[in-house]
Amino acid sequence: MKTCLVVDDSRVIRKVARRILEDIGFEIAEASDGMEALAWCRAAMPDAILLDWNMPVMTGIEFLRHLRLEPGGDQPTVVFCTVENDVERIREALDCGADEYIMKPFDGDIIASKFAEVGLA
Amino acid sequence: MRPEDKDLVVQLCGARAGLHVDPAKDYLLESRLGPVARRENFGSIDEMIAALRAKREDRLAWAIVESMASSETAFFRDRIPFNLFRDEILPTLARLRDGEPIRIWSAACGSGQEVYSLAMTIDDQRSLIPGARLELFASDLSERALEKAQSGLYTQFEIQRGLPIRQLVRHFEKAEEMWALSPRIRQMVRWRRINLVADLSAAGRFDVIFCRYVLNALVEPMRARLLENLARALSPDGFLFLGLGETATGLSEAFQPVSGRPGLYARNPSFRAAA
Repeated sequence: MKTCLVVDDSRVIRKVARRILEDIGFEIAEASDGMEALAWCRAAMPDAILLDWNMPVMTGIEFLRHLRLEPGGDQPTVVFCTVENDVERIREALDCGADEYIMKPFDGDIIASKFAEVGLA
Repeated sequence: MRPEDKDLVVQLCGARAGLHVDPAKDYLLESRLGPVARRENFGSIDEMIAALRAKREDRLAWAIVESMASSETAFFRDRIPFNLFRDEILPTLARLRDGEPIRIWSAACGSGQEVYSLAMTIDDQRSLIPGARLELFASDLSERALEKAQSGLYTQFEIQRGLPIRQLVRHFEKAEEMWALSPRIRQMVRWRRINLVADLSAAGRFDVIFCRYVLNALVEPMRARLLENLARALSPDGFLFLGLGETATGLSEAFQPVSGRPGLYARNPSFRAAA
């Protein structure tokens, strides 16, 4: 079973995302900020990461920069999931190594469609 | 809705557009007809149908039929047909036509996602097919759908269904709460209102026709007619895309399936274009 790490400081969002991703066949781990997510990845690199941008301690974009430098950190498919919807911000995320990008609010169809886009569902 | 009112709508949709409407789907009928009634300043659907019976006004009849014809769509819907178009059909036609125009038709284009997906594909592939002249056409039964499609404006939900983020960044700009497709892509498409089961002899000749999720929405007797209409509008070496789960086989001799390419049809060589 493929694993997906859901990184978001909102417990509600993590819960919603978990339910949607479990339905399309992922095993889910959760982290509430970038630092926690990095610790997860060092222990066990997931297949996919659903990543919020604005979080305390370490933001999503900082996490992504660190992740891509880790051993095996080029492997996970990273899908941003954030309220940030400026084209410049999206470009920045793609330049840092994000594979797809979801703008909140999202629903199950959007997550399924984006994960299919990157060959994960 | 009263049963006789539902029957009138069913009959109207069948007669005018060949559209199959299930009278048992009350929710669908009411969710489509409610907005038409409000727009046309009737107090209720019942009042609107009563006015239709009394006056038989053509414009109102079409507004009702068009509202029942619309359906949900997405960018790059089903994905595979677009990959097939990009990787096989486009390069092949570019070679065969050798600078002569290649005409592509999105029939029943709805709010435009299909034809714009094709336009973006062509734009992204342009350097690989130098000298190819592509002409894109889109049609729908509904004027309202055509207006929305031509605007190139989509909600944040709509642009996240099927559209890869890199294509969003390349081809769209934010316009307040909406996302606006670049004028360069929008200007690639020509638009027209077309009823696919009417006489299509003036529609022109096309090399590729996308007509997906129309066939199975039609009443049985109109399906063969649609296919024969499309066959006449297709060049002899052209291609037709139907939706997943739709088939021309058994309905009409006009098309034959392309093996190993689900949803793709070629004109049957024995089909005579002149009816």
